[in-house]
Parts: sequence; structure tokens; C-alpha cells
Amino acid sequence: MPGIADLLSYGSFFLVFASVFAVMVLGLNLQWGSTGLFNVGIAGFVAIGAYTSALLTTPDDPGRVGGLGWPVVAGWIGAMAVSGLAGLVVGTAALRLRHDYLAIATFGFAVVVQLVALNAKWLTGGPFGVQFIPRPLQGALGAGAAWNLAYLALVGLLLVLAYWGLERLVRSPWGRVLRAIREDEEAAASLGKSAFSFRLQAFVIGSMLMGLGGALYAHFVGYIAPEDFLPILTFQLWAMLIVGGSGNNRGAMLGAYLVWGIWAASGGVLRNLVPQAEQARAAALQVVLIGVLIALMLLWRPRGLVGEATAVSRHAQ
Amino acid sequence: MLQVLADGLIVGSAIALGAIGLTLTFSILRFANFGHGELLSWGAYIAFTAGGAFAAVQAAPWAPFSFGWPLAAGLLLAMAGTALLALGIDWLLFRRLRAQGAITLVIASFGAALAARNLLFFFYGGVPQYYTQELQIAIALLPRTVYGGLRFTPDQLLVLALTLASVVALHLFLGRSTLGRAMRATSLNPQLARVSGIDPERVMRATWILGGVLAAIAGVFVGLTVQLRPTMGMDLLLPLFAAVILGGIGSVWGAVLGGLIIGLAESFSVTLVGAEYRAAASFVVLIAILWLRPTGLFAEKG
Repeated sequence: MPGIADLLSYGSFFLVFASVFAVMVLGLNLQWGSTGLFNVGIAGFVAIGAYTSALLTTPDDPGRVGGLGWPVVAGWIGAMAVSGLAGLVVGTAALRLRHDYLAIATFGFAVVVQLVALNAKWLTGGPFGVQFIPRPLQGALGAGAAWNLAYLALVGLLLVLAYWGLERLVRSPWGRVLRAIREDEEAAASLGKSAFSFRLQAFVIGSMLMGLGGALYAHFVGYIAPEDFLPILTFQLWAMLIVGGSGNNRGAMLGAYLVWGIWAASGGVLRNLVPQAEQARAAALQVVLIGVLIALMLLWRPRGLVGEATAVSRHAQ
Repeated sequence: MLQVLADGLIVGSAIALGAIGLTLTFSILRFANFGHGELLSWGAYIAFTAGGAFAAVQAAPWAPFSFGWPLAAGLLLAMAGTALLALGIDWLLFRRLRAQGAITLVIASFGAALAARNLLFFFYGGVPQYYTQELQIAIALLPRTVYGGLRFTPDQLLVLALTLASVVALHLFLGRSTLGRAMRATSLNPQLARVSGIDPERVMRATWILGGVLAAIAGVFVGLTVQLRPTMGMDLLLPLFAAVILGGIGSVWGAVLGGLIIGLAESFSVTLVGAEYRAAASFVVLIAILWLRPTGLFAEKG
């Protein structure tokens, strides 16, 4: 019989992860939902955010560069800056071209980030990753459920902030231009809007949110390693957006909690049903489930559970 | 130096075969199929299973190669099986989504790839497998004194020869047969092709079959010269796309040349920056081509 403290501890643990994913999915929703930019290198942008914040805030380590010991907030800002910069570089190379090129370029980007994370020991600690990433306020709150709840509150606050900011952006004239470009690039161009520059802006802002999500993850877990940023992360986030409903920020967040719930529950079921020796193989079935989920949603409910609200001008009759 | 070149050609020929299938599906079905790598892996593993079953009957390899008729028969079964798999996924998934545009198809191919790859992992586990335990002695074609020498195993020479044969056969098929011409017409201008009486569904089926067959051959070659892993297709996906874009989407010879260039770039990057960053070579080539000439070397149209 699990005690109330265990339940609280597990619940807050689950919710922190889901909320961190929700921040990343909001970034993806700006890129894909509002602008139609197909980013399949999310794991790369998340990893850059996580490693940047880790290097800026960890204590000095003779084995690698970084270890500046800055405050956590500075790490988060740095994470957003560097992920945004990465988005700028990838976007500049691929956003002028056909849609599929962005997919291929971001996919390659994530592969390269993974290679660097795994091999550049001087920078990332190699396969052992970066440890001793400071957990904000842990000194005051200890390592237990109290800290988990405090971090949940912090992440929740940032999530609400990101949601509020994005809602304002999407409803602003800037957001309307994005949708106009997504729907009919030539019409938007004929009104004097540079599709490339608007796309690039949306891509960079989305990448910054992914980087922030990576940093939030790093400071919650306390250490990061290359296997935290495998392509499966990209797929999970895509599943969240598709299930929730792309083009709708509330749908994106709902998808994050729902898909993470499905993932955690299926993992729990497999752990209980499958013998220890077969668990690695059974875990593959969990990933199959995500793939099938994406395909089924596209077939049966392409707009997702919530879906984008139809935008009709108030001047229309 | 020569050896680096030769290694690059071996890697490149598998990439080239995979890239031809990818470039055909890309230009005829009009979306970037992120599941193409999984067709390679499935082809390789079908041949592995079938070859293993046949080897129980008779296992002596054909000298001087490391394998005998079981693997050759396995390859044929893999070609058929992979083509069926491609057709099946199209029938279940892509066919229903075609009206929704290219990007929906790309996302769907992502989901399909994820499921296909992890099913392989579930069936075979993550440990690398080999077609045969036979050790092969490399034949020295040139002595060490000439630019560092040149050595090939018989398997590698066979891979090169079969790649060449497949490409020539495909070239003849696309140029001489009615179906091949219909495929090229659809790739260049689908509306015009439809108006002139070409059945688009038939062309798409032919494309999936060809793509699957070529992917199976490429997968078996990778298994023969490197090893089999459930992730082998995904690891090859970036080189495949780089080769397709480098060659120009839709161009068969472009895909061949692109594949060989990517193979050489990987091979030379090993001597320059070390094997860890081998996979980054394709990305560098890809970004360079996107900057300099996004239509590729042999674009059939803009």
C-alpha cells in the first residue's frame, strides 16, 4: 500500500517531466502548428539547451571546459540563447528551400549533436555526461517531495508564462502573418511579407523553448548523458503534438500530459508483465506503440484531440 | 590512400543502391520517406533469417566468398519480402493520407519507421549479427609500395560488381520498358502523365516494389560488409538523404554518384577527424549542397 508521501513524490515527479515536455511541445507547436515548419531534430535543440545550462552552472571540472558555476537562471537564459543560435544556423541553411529539406537538415543536425555529445569529452563529458548539475533551492528544501513540488511549481510557472507569451504572439499581427505564410506563401509574399524572415523568426523562438525545456530537464534530474537525447525524444514530442492537436497551444500541452501518461503507464505494465531479462526487448514495444499512435492519429483524427480553432475574420459575414 | 578510396566505394555502393530507391519514391510519390532506412534493415534481416534456415540444409560457402546459396536465396526472398512490406505500409497508411499533402506523409513515415525499427529490435534484440562466421582473407590487388596498396575481400568485389549490375539493369528498365517510362513521366510531371493515360496507382506500386527491392539488396550488402543491427537503416538514413539531394531528387545516376561521393566523404573523414565523427560527414556535405546548389548536381527539374 503506497503511502501518501510516495504518491505525492511520484505524482510530482511525473508532472515535472510532463510539464517540461509541454514547454518543448509549445516550441514545436509554434514551428509546426503555426508556421508549418517540420523540425525532426528536436532532440538536438533540447540537448544543446541542457548541455549549455549544465556547462554554465556546474562547479569547475578539470576534465572538461565550462563549469562556470553561474546561477541557474543564467544557465537557463544561456540555454535559450545557444539553442536559438543553433536554430538560426540550421534555419538559414534550410528554410529558403522546399519543406522536406528542413526535415532532412534538422534530422542531420540532431545526429551531429548526438555524435558531439557522445565523443567530445572535453565539452560534454562523453558517454558519462555531466554530473552535479545544481538543483535550484535544494539547499533549502532538501532532496525529497518538498523540493519536487517546488520545482513543479517553478516549471509550471514557466509553462504558463510560455503559454501566455505564445498566445499573445500567435494572436498578434505577427502570428497572423505566420499562418498566412503557412496557408498560402505566394499570397503572403504579394502583401510584402518575407516568408523566409518570418519562418526563421518562428523557428528560432521555437528552438529557444526546446532549449529551455532541455535546461529544465537537466536541473531537475541533476545529470545528463547522451542517451537522454536520442531520436526517440523527438518522436515522443511529435506524438504529443499530434495527439493533442497541432495549431492549438492548449492541445499541445494536453498532448504532453496525455502521451507522457501513456508512455509511463505502458512502461509500468511491461515492467510488471515481462521478466527482467526480456525488458530491453519489451521496451522496444513501447516505442512501437508511439509509432502506431502517430499513424493512427493521422488516419483517424488528423486535427488531434483539440485541434486548431478555425480563424474567421470578425469582418466576415 | 588508394585503400581509403576503395573503402569509400564499398560503403558508397550500398548508399547508392539505397539512395536510388529513395530518390524514386521521393520524386514519384512526392514525399521524403523517413522509413526508407527501415526497408534496408528489414531486407537485411529477412535475408538473415531465410539464409539461416537454408543454411541448416547445406552450409558450405561458395569459394572464394564467405557465403553460399543459402544467403543468395535469402537475398531473393528479402527482395520479395521488402517489396511486399513497402506495398503493405503504403496500402495501410500512405494511400489513405495522400490527399493531405507531403508533410503529413512525412510524419506518417516517421511513425511507420519507428514501429518498423523497434519491431526488428523486439524480434532480434540489439546485439549485432553477422551473415557468416567465415573469415575472409583480403586479396592484394596492388602491393603496399603503390600509394599504400589496395586490398579487397572477394565479398567486397562482388558487392561492387552487383551494384554496377543493378544500376545498369535499372537504367535499362527506366529507359526501355513502358512501365519505366511511365515512372519517369510521373516523376517529371504527374498531371501531364495522368492526362496521357498513365495509371498513377500502378506507377506508385511499381515504385514501392523497385524501392523495396533495391533497399533489400543494399541492406544485405551492408550486412555482408559491416554487420546487422536493428538501427542500421536509421544510421544510413542521413547518408541516403544527403546522396539523394546531392544527386538531385529524381535522378538515378545522381543518386549513384551522390552515394559514392558520400561514401568517399565518410571514408576520408575517418582519416581526417577519426571514426567517431564518420556520420557527420554526410551532414557537412548536405549543408554544403543546400547552401551552394540546392537542386543537386543532376536536377531533372527545379
